[in-house]
Amino acid sequence: MTTSATNTVLSVDQLAMAFRQKRVFHDLTFDLKQGEFLSVLGENGVGKTTLVQILLGQLRPTAGSVNYYPSRQGVTVGYVPQFRNVDAEYPLTVREFVGLALPNRLTPWWTAAERKQVASTLAMTDLTRIARTPLGRVSGGELQKAYLAQALIRQPQLLMLDESTASLDNNMKYELLELVKNYQEQTNAAVLFVTHDLPLTKQYSTNFLLMQPGQYQTGTIAELDENVVEAAHA
Amino acid sequence: MLNYPFMQNAFMAGTIIAIVSGVVGVFVVARNMPFLTHTLSEIGFAGAAFGLFVGWTPLAGMLAFTTVSSVAVGQLSSKPSRRESSITSISALAIGLGILFLSLSNQNASSATNILFGSVIGISRTEVVEVAVLAIVVLLVILGLYRPLKFDSFDAVGARVAGVHQTLLASVFLIALAFSVSVAAQIVGSLLIFILLTLPAAAAKYFAHGVGSMIGLSILFALIGVWLGIAISYWTNWPVSFFIAVIEVLIYFIGIGANHLAARN
Repeated sequence: MTTSATNTVLSVDQLAMAFRQKRVFHDLTFDLKQGEFLSVLGENGVGKTTLVQILLGQLRPTAGSVNYYPSRQGVTVGYVPQFRNVDAEYPLTVREFVGLALPNRLTPWWTAAERKQVASTLAMTDLTRIARTPLGRVSGGELQKAYLAQALIRQPQLLMLDESTASLDNNMKYELLELVKNYQEQTNAAVLFVTHDLPLTKQYSTNFLLMQPGQYQTGTIAELDENVVEAAHA
Repeated sequence: MLNYPFMQNAFMAGTIIAIVSGVVGVFVVARNMPFLTHTLSEIGFAGAAFGLFVGWTPLAGMLAFTTVSSVAVGQLSSKPSRRESSITSISALAIGLGILFLSLSNQNASSATNILFGSVIGISRTEVVEVAVLAIVVLLVILGLYRPLKFDSFDAVGARVAGVHQTLLASVFLIALAFSVSVAAQIVGSLLIFILLTLPAAAAKYFAHGVGSMIGLSILFALIGVWLGIAISYWTNWPVSFFIAVIEVLIYFIGIGANHLAARN
């Protein structure tokens, strides 16, 4: 059921997606509330990234609806992509890269308030030390932090992480999710985390959405049956 | 040398062109469009020849051809898989049309040389004013779009998620690029436009790591090439485009070398 309760940020109702008659998922219904950390689990090809693209408005679903509350424009969404290498010659510094996402203004230069906002976002994501290093020369973990910082600079009410910890080493995964958790505690934002990683899911999530071919399960993290998940990932 | 009005005009036009090319070039390089810029210059050649054929100025013909075709070429090249082939086909068509119009217009060989390789010494005061007006239009468009253009050029994925209107932005930028190509062609000629629209910016990214500072350096590198090129050309009587090409290529290779050294340390 679609609800418009005050603390619901996102509501997905009977969503279905098919590419050329091939059904990816159907009848998918779930809500995401402020302060919730929803892990989206499921094997490759089950439609997790497709779901994210629909939620971001980049793909149109075959049926069903996606509603943001109070409205799509009223909810700032931050997005942290899957790790991918940046060209070694990519010229912008971490600081400039993060600042790209500052809300639009007509002035080409950053105002004093904007410079402060960039500095505090860099501090929050532990990037101050490498603020002036070109992005093409930072490590994989630092790169993911820079993407996170860019997503956070608009102070999103909903943060989507699309396999953002995949291919990071174990320490870095936890470091990144600690930063997400801190942000969430400060702002009560909702988080949607697409992942394969069960230990991370159990440590950080409040809720889960397990996608399997033709069906799905949702619930609180306490209700997550590990056997089912492991079977799904096998 | 600056006592002659034609040299004054050359330096004024050259300065304006260097500034526009330096600014626009940073986005051309970031958006990975040097090849497309090359094609636009060939379309410009066809346009200039058409202008001669129908009795317009070459600049008017260039503006008409590049503006009309820029968005279409941009669309054609949006699929990376066939990007180079589709752009090459447009280049072929443009050069063919250019040759046809030149031959139909019964102009002598020197006007063809001027279109292809530039003729900075022959620029009149009226042309300087035309170049200045076009340059101001381009710079105002870039200024108005600066933040979303910067976001989209340096992080297209992030810009898309943040709701930047990428299609509209790309189209407006292509039209601004078409204007810049037409402006820059006045001095280096249509065959060598991509020198000023790509090399200074490509070199700048090795020395500067912010968009503002890259634009500043890119303008500086373009100015060095244009000013020195005009001056040396005046003293030696060799073509100005030759010197601009050599200077910009030199600056670019110094950039690569500096970057190589920085990466090793």
